[in-house]
Amino acid sequence: MSKYLLFLGCVIPYRLSSYEVTARKVLSKLGVELQEMPEFNCCGFPMDPVNHDLMLTLAARNLCLAEKEGLSILTLCNGCFGTLNKTNKMLKEDKDARERVNGYLKESGMQFRGTAEVKHLVHVLAEDVGFEKIKEAVSKPLGQMRVAQHTGCHILRPAKYIDQDDPENPTLLKNLIRLTGAACLDYLGETECCGNPIIGVNEEIPFNIAREKLNNVKGVGAKALITVCPFCHMMYDLNQPRIERAFNEKYGIPVLHYTQLLGLAMGFKSEELEFNELRVKPTELLNSI
Amino acid sequence: MSKMRTVKSSEMDPRFKYEISKAPGAEKIMNCFQCATCTADCPIARFSRFYRPRRIARMVQFGLKDRLLSSDDLWLCSTCYACIDHCPQDVEVANVVRVLRNMVVKEKGMIPLVFRELASNLLKTGYVYVIPESRLKRRTEQGLPPLPRANLEVITRIFGVTGSTKILENVKTFEKVET
Repeated sequence: MSKYLLFLGCVIPYRLSSYEVTARKVLSKLGVELQEMPEFNCCGFPMDPVNHDLMLTLAARNLCLAEKEGLSILTLCNGCFGTLNKTNKMLKEDKDARERVNGYLKESGMQFRGTAEVKHLVHVLAEDVGFEKIKEAVSKPLGQMRVAQHTGCHILRPAKYIDQDDPENPTLLKNLIRLTGAACLDYLGETECCGNPIIGVNEEIPFNIAREKLNNVKGVGAKALITVCPFCHMMYDLNQPRIERAFNEKYGIPVLHYTQLLGLAMGFKSEELEFNELRVKPTELLNSI
Repeated sequence: MSKMRTVKSSEMDPRFKYEISKAPGAEKIMNCFQCATCTADCPIARFSRFYRPRRIARMVQFGLKDRLLSSDDLWLCSTCYACIDHCPQDVEVANVVRVLRNMVVKEKGMIPLVFRELASNLLKTGYVYVIPESRLKRRTEQGLPPLPRANLEVITRIFGVTGSTKILENVKTFEKVET
């Protein structure tokens, strides 16, 4: 039985509690215990463009909290994982950066030691729970479902900080999807960014990038897109009607959190899995099972 | 950076590349030999008329500091990090862009509005978005535990000691960046 500190990040409580609710449900049934963060601040990622040291220190503070609890961190967000994991590894290796950041933290009575680990949901599912146990937990295989996946950038790149998957040909999420019995289809441009990080300064470019992905996903006949990051999810679900209007196209691709898909396969009722929170309603998809 | 212009030697600051290469993440900038793999693999460059990571790397090497720090397109990098993984010369291009962004904020006192808003929310709540009451209430209905509380005193102190409070104090904002 493994136990983690759950690092929620900002965007999940702000917009996507559907991801949190379903992640808690499936993890609990799979025997992963979650403890709440004793205190919280943003992982630091959105502050990197403002001041790199601010990002490092905000991230390091969360790592210090985990060290104090004697637990490792589990994130549901790719951005939080990327930032906390990179900072953790950088500060462990780079003495100058560590001393600088510890200098910033000193007044607050904290010191980074490097004793905690950072994992994303998919890593905990693959490494701690394991494929065998997930397979056993699947009571209603989704054999008739054909989906595609979008892994997202920050659990793949920069590759030097991440060793769990191949950034050029990611298979971890595909394999996790296949455990549910669903077919996971290949499509063009699987590793392309969702574009969401720049939506605050420019909408046109992310919309073009997302349009391409939605067309590629639809083109291979996938009936849903599966994500593991709240930012990617917002780009494809929340913004899908707006992208459809911008290009006068129709995609109709429901975007599910992986935990919703896994939840279905594990026998949770669809009412328990927050599908009503999705912008693109998966009515047809759910009727097909 | 949009318009092609003649580069005058008087615009070139020969020390700029050394300054940049001292910043964490930008150490290898001098290794760039302009193969343009970064631009070829950049999802933004495919749709933007302006954003070209290869050109940014060259401009750093040329020391075109003023031009770089006044180019809005620096804010178009989506941090997908494909350029970092694919560079045959180990130049961490996206990190070079981040170093330049930090410089624009600190030295030019300019920042896209969205970042100032995120920073201000973070200082007020610990989260970069102000989570509405209705969401907090809904958490209870959904059977979720209360959100972890933020220690605002520590966050304010971190902004202070890293120099971020001062950097953001008089910063001017702009809203959108052209495609």
